[in-house]
Amino acid sequence: MSAVAQDAGLGRGPSRQRPLSARNLATTVATGYVPLVLATLVVVLPLLWMVFSSFKSPSELVTQDLVVFPHSLAPTNYHDAARTVPFPRLFLNSAIVTLVGAGLKVVLAIFTAYALVFVRFPFKRVVFGAILVTLMVPPQVSLLPNYVLISGLGGNDTYWGLILPGLGTGFGTFLLRQQFMQLPGSTIEAAEIDGAGHWRRLWRVVVPISLPSIATVALVNIVFEWNDYLWPLVIVSEPRMMTLPVGLTLLRNSESGAASYGILMAGTVCVLVPVLVVFATLQRHIVTGLTQGAVKD
Amino acid sequence: MFLAFAAPNILLIAAFSYRPLISNIYYSTLNWTLGAPTAKKVGFGNYVDFFTSPDAGRILGTTAVFSVATVGGSMALGLMIALALNRRVKGAGLARAAVFSPFVLSGVGVGLVWLFIFDPTVGALGSILRGLGASSPQWFNDPTLSLVMVIIVYVWKNMGYAAVIYLAGLQSVSPDVLEAASIDGAGSTRKFFAITLPLLGPTTFFLLVTSILNSLQAFDLIRIMTPLGQGTTTLIYDAYLQAFGGYNRAGYSAAVSTILFALLVVLTLLQLTFLERRVHYR
Repeated sequence: MSAVAQDAGLGRGPSRQRPLSARNLATTVATGYVPLVLATLVVVLPLLWMVFSSFKSPSELVTQDLVVFPHSLAPTNYHDAARTVPFPRLFLNSAIVTLVGAGLKVVLAIFTAYALVFVRFPFKRVVFGAILVTLMVPPQVSLLPNYVLISGLGGNDTYWGLILPGLGTGFGTFLLRQQFMQLPGSTIEAAEIDGAGHWRRLWRVVVPISLPSIATVALVNIVFEWNDYLWPLVIVSEPRMMTLPVGLTLLRNSESGAASYGILMAGTVCVLVPVLVVFATLQRHIVTGLTQGAVKD
Repeated sequence: MFLAFAAPNILLIAAFSYRPLISNIYYSTLNWTLGAPTAKKVGFGNYVDFFTSPDAGRILGTTAVFSVATVGGSMALGLMIALALNRRVKGAGLARAAVFSPFVLSGVGVGLVWLFIFDPTVGALGSILRGLGASSPQWFNDPTLSLVMVIIVYVWKNMGYAAVIYLAGLQSVSPDVLEAASIDGAGSTRKFFAITLPLLGPTTFFLLVTSILNSLQAFDLIRIMTPLGQGTTTLIYDAYLQAFGGYNRAGYSAAVSTILFALLVVLTLLQLTFLERRVHYR
């Protein structure tokens, strides 16, 4: 089984056109358009509903009738959300944790993958196997011991406590190792003959030609760090150190009653929309990166 | 040189992925509250407690129902969407992106969006049902309905992943084989069950295993939609509640985590064994 999901792009491969008849057209509409339009609506409508609702006033929310469009676009709910929970600060925390966490993970993955592919070492396969196994150890299982350790070291409510335990990276190492193995050996050898050491070869040769794969790994890690919930939830208790998903939990706990949904939706927009924007622009890379696990050697 | 490059990552993995596995097994033999300086050794007591209490049946049952329903639901819907996408109609690329997008969204955010939609008094779903003359089910108060609600949202979030993987599988089904079958007079239903579905065997198997592993780790949606775990306490959520949710039974939580991990190991080993034999290869 090779490259099952290497490219899930559309419009590739031989497509055989049968003559267009009324019957064919009807089948295409029934089996192609109708399910796709339905599926797209099922996904998009709840998200639009969130955006609309984030601008609704309490009277538009607390009603038995369906009010679709908000009366005004005044960001009242956003102000209220920021009053309950320090949202600008949480946004900053999420950005710091995401960029530092994902950045370090990418660098660690580059180093490890380079070592696994280009540096001679007796137990490389064993090391790679041990790294791969971590893909199967869910973070939930390591939650309690990591909490005891980090908390004991004073990592509660700190950036390093938030970032450190998640840094070891199996996914990026796996993906970049595959990419590095496909690099033309002649290029690397040429650099070696020119007297370039590992450090120079890595940064001058390997990294520049692998930039697309590195970008994919970075994107997937950014999305993952931004959404990460369980660890930040247990290691942070002070509102000023929370990341956005944890802040939403606090907002949910402190805002009760039907009228508070507008405030909740405003907070949710702050969490979901940045990822949606990134996804809309770099969709192809993210889908490839996230489905690459389907590729088996 | 190798170590200079690889050591930081290896050390981090050893400290935060491997060490916890061993610590967990040790913690699981303790009667201990998180933050307490002392703990009492109880041997296998926590495991005995788990399996002899009514918890075991309830939690394992919830875990099984949640996994079967979410895996079955997202794979069935994913396959249907993939079949539609594979017809390569105009706009299919956009539909593919739209359907995949929930997979990259924060579970907490998604959970809140749907909590508002499901709200029996002011939610959109209730309004629609009332418009049709029905009344809204009590999604928040009835434990069974709470589980159904979380399952629906989980399927919504994950079906796009299954669709994209299935689409890749479909695109490697040779059109020649399908055409030959058409010439032999096979209808489209027959072609699907006799050719397409068997050829998708490896894809289905891959999705089945990864989806089960993922569903056993579902946390975000359960935590935000049903914080008390009413009807939705799966193994992983029980492990969380026992240590961090006010039960103050950290040792017991470690035992539940260890049971969950054992389950994951068994599933992974099954995958490795069966992958080689039972699956149809092209």
